Amino acid sequence: MRTLAHHTAAELAELAPRAPLLHIDGVTKTFPGVKALDDVSLEVRAGEVHALLGENGAGKSTLMKVLAGNHQADRGQIHLEGEPIRVSGPHEAKHLGIVLIHQELSLAPEMTVAENIFLGSLPRRALGFVDFRKLYADAGRILDRLGCRFAASDKVETLSIANRQMVEIGRALVFTPKIVVFDEPTASLTDAEKVVLFDVIRSLQDENVGIVYISHRMDEIFTLSDRITVLRDGAVRGTLETARTNEDEVTRLMIGRALEPRSHARAREPGPVALEVKGLSCADLFRDVSFSVRAGEVVGMYGLIGAGRTEIAETIFGLRAPDAGEIRRDGEVVSITSPPDAIAHGIALAPESRKEQGLVLGMSCRDNMSLSQLGEVSRVGWLDRSAEQAIYDRYAVRLSLKSPSWRTPVVNLSGGNQQKVVLGKWLGTAPKVLIIDEPTRGIDVGSKAEIHGLIRELAAAGMAVLMISSEMPEVLGVSDRILALYHGRLAAEFDADSVTEDALVQAISGL
Amino acid sequence: MAKTDVELAVPVRRDPWITRDKVVHLLQTKGLLIAFALFLVAFSLASDRFASVDNISTVLRQVAIVGTIAVGVTIVVIGGNLDLSVGSLLSFSTVLVVDLHDKIGPGPAILIMFAAALAVGCVNGLLVGFARLNSLIVTLGMLSAIQGLTLIYSGGQNVDIADQEGTWFAFFGRDFLLGVAVPTWIFLGLAVILHVVLTRTTFGRKVFAVGGNPTAAAFSGVRRARVVFSTYLISAFCTACAAVILGSRVMGSQNNVGQGYELVVLAGVILGGTSLLGGSGSIPKTVVGVLILGFIQNGLLLLGYPYYAQWLVTWVVIILAVWLDVASKRGRLFTTTS
Repeated sequence: MRTLAHHTAAELAELAPRAPLLHIDGVTKTFPGVKALDDVSLEVRAGEVHALLGENGAGKSTLMKVLAGNHQADRGQIHLEGEPIRVSGPHEAKHLGIVLIHQELSLAPEMTVAENIFLGSLPRRALGFVDFRKLYADAGRILDRLGCRFAASDKVETLSIANRQMVEIGRALVFTPKIVVFDEPTASLTDAEKVVLFDVIRSLQDENVGIVYISHRMDEIFTLSDRITVLRDGAVRGTLETARTNEDEVTRLMIGRALEPRSHARAREPGPVALEVKGLSCADLFRDVSFSVRAGEVVGMYGLIGAGRTEIAETIFGLRAPDAGEIRRDGEVVSITSPPDAIAHGIALAPESRKEQGLVLGMSCRDNMSLSQLGEVSRVGWLDRSAEQAIYDRYAVRLSLKSPSWRTPVVNLSGGNQQKVVLGKWLGTAPKVLIIDEPTRGIDVGSKAEIHGLIRELAAAGMAVLMISSEMPEVLGVSDRILALYHGRLAAEFDADSVTEDALVQAISGL
Repeated sequence: MAKTDVELAVPVRRDPWITRDKVVHLLQTKGLLIAFALFLVAFSLASDRFASVDNISTVLRQVAIVGTIAVGVTIVVIGGNLDLSVGSLLSFSTVLVVDLHDKIGPGPAILIMFAAALAVGCVNGLLVGFARLNSLIVTLGMLSAIQGLTLIYSGGQNVDIADQEGTWFAFFGRDFLLGVAVPTWIFLGLAVILHVVLTRTTFGRKVFAVGGNPTAAAFSGVRRARVVFSTYLISAFCTACAAVILGSRVMGSQNNVGQGYELVVLAGVILGGTSLLGGSGSIPKTVVGVLILGFIQNGLLLLGYPYYAQWLVTWVVIILAVWLDVASKRGRLFTTTS
């Protein structure tokens, strides 16, 4: 592997002044009613990690889709190695050497790693039979290069999310890529897995591949990138040298104002216990879990993915039947066998996955909000549209929801606004206990701060909040108390003011 | 533009009345109705009988049976499922009501037939809603099972009503009210009622939610099994209504009288623009879809094409309609990736 350090000075001098590897020049893209990209220009040099930042809806994804040929630009040009290119589809993009690694993986889980890597370009023998020996040998080489420890013959469904991501990257390497775009690659990776990913990105860099790195996580962007381009409302707000800027400046460009420091409007004295769980167990998902949440208190539940956090929430909400244990609301044992039971007992659950569990994407904002409280907005089964409208109007204002109208299908909203619809939907039921699972996953910093503020406000107003999160800063910043989960058991309980990050990490790792 | 107006003091230039965007939007939202209108005009020019009041009311009466079933099936489809059992349920219900008519009288016959049809709807609803089996498999199986049941019940014999003139049962299939055929009243009446149910009640909202995203519906406290169950009851109820019309009109029944209806019904639903994926669609759309099918068949007959030509034309029209719908959303006819 040739690194930059191995080049001679002459070679370096020759490299430097050359035209950028990729030059996106004045790209404009309009969708009915929205200018998604407005005269956007971006340069990516060979061997550079160029971070692309912006809130959800700022135009990052659209820009990358134009680059990969999923969308056609209305105006503007794209140059690759100085040559103007027209990309009419993802397939062609791949052949030009432009590869996108998506947030949502697109692998065939039933097939082997090697088959997935070479899908669409399987090595063939005479008569069109697949040359399996060559397939596995080639795939093996790619896996070695990525430092993967699983075999090319493993089925993808047996791999962890992180390893699947490696397979996705492996796919990119089949066509000696020139530009690789990573879209939120670390969203579901553990810290150790991130290290491996970053090594891979650096080795691509050493081979003079241009990298576009899209992420919401500032720490990653500052570790990895050479330059940062910030998009807001479809336009470039600035391109900065990473070494000569800081998080504050980037954030300001991104949201158009400075982020207010987080306020801890903590309730002086939490009220009585609103939700209590005793000895709750469910199959091999979690065992003997006991905890309580008091009115006016935010309890953070922290643990690795698969530690049983979501399953506990779903059990309390009546979506799963526990094997043992009891749930108490305001001190009384309650029987909850379905979500309507939970709602009747004043419990709300804003689920982990907005798109799959939280929202009916094709439905309007208003109808999504009233879905959890159809009984309240109707009389003997007849909908009262003005009551529905009142709920929407109230929470759209309260949550500063940015939506063109109540009619807009939620699928057209950004992640942050979608989450606000989910919250509005549950706040309308006036819950006493709010369980909120990964409140800010995949949400931009601006909306994130708003949602954190809202959670604190709700607690201050007397709600008992159980917040499940895998983000340490979130758990530390928002909660009053923290429950650490390890392998389906409650490992420890901390006071959020005094706990250290180390103690938390140890507790959720079973140390 | 405003700046130029001020500087040069020219009158404000208005947007032209017809713009390209407006036309595209109109075609995308009302494309089917426009095509339908063009088609009616073309047939009217080709055949002078086509546009007559007589012929139109004939078509309205002819589509009543398919339409009555289709409005019920629309609700099943919006709920994210299919109901292919309606064809053979129509056979069974018609045979049953006709056979019982002479044995126990029209009133009890109709009651028993409705009970039987709803029982079939219950089984569908239990299997798809509560046992969560795939609706295609369940209702396809039900289609065969009921066909078998019909033959067992009738012993393979066709049934008919002896006194065809003297029974009030003739009202449903043969009479007219205010100059409109009773079958047409039943079809349009059910359409209106179910449209209101779908758009104005919590049940209707739940159907859309369950069809749009069953998981999110469940997470919102919607009891989705009950909702799905109810959609099958509605579909069976509509089919039973259609059986009354059919039995009354023919005053007899063959064992396989409803064969193929499931596809015509589904064709009407799809042509109207209700998505087979669930979560979107409407009853008025289905009414339009069914009318288009009816007028195509009628027009072809008037022009002297054989009966089987209708099938060819009908399905070509449906596939074209679906294709144009998808293409207008995608912006091109074919996808670019492979």
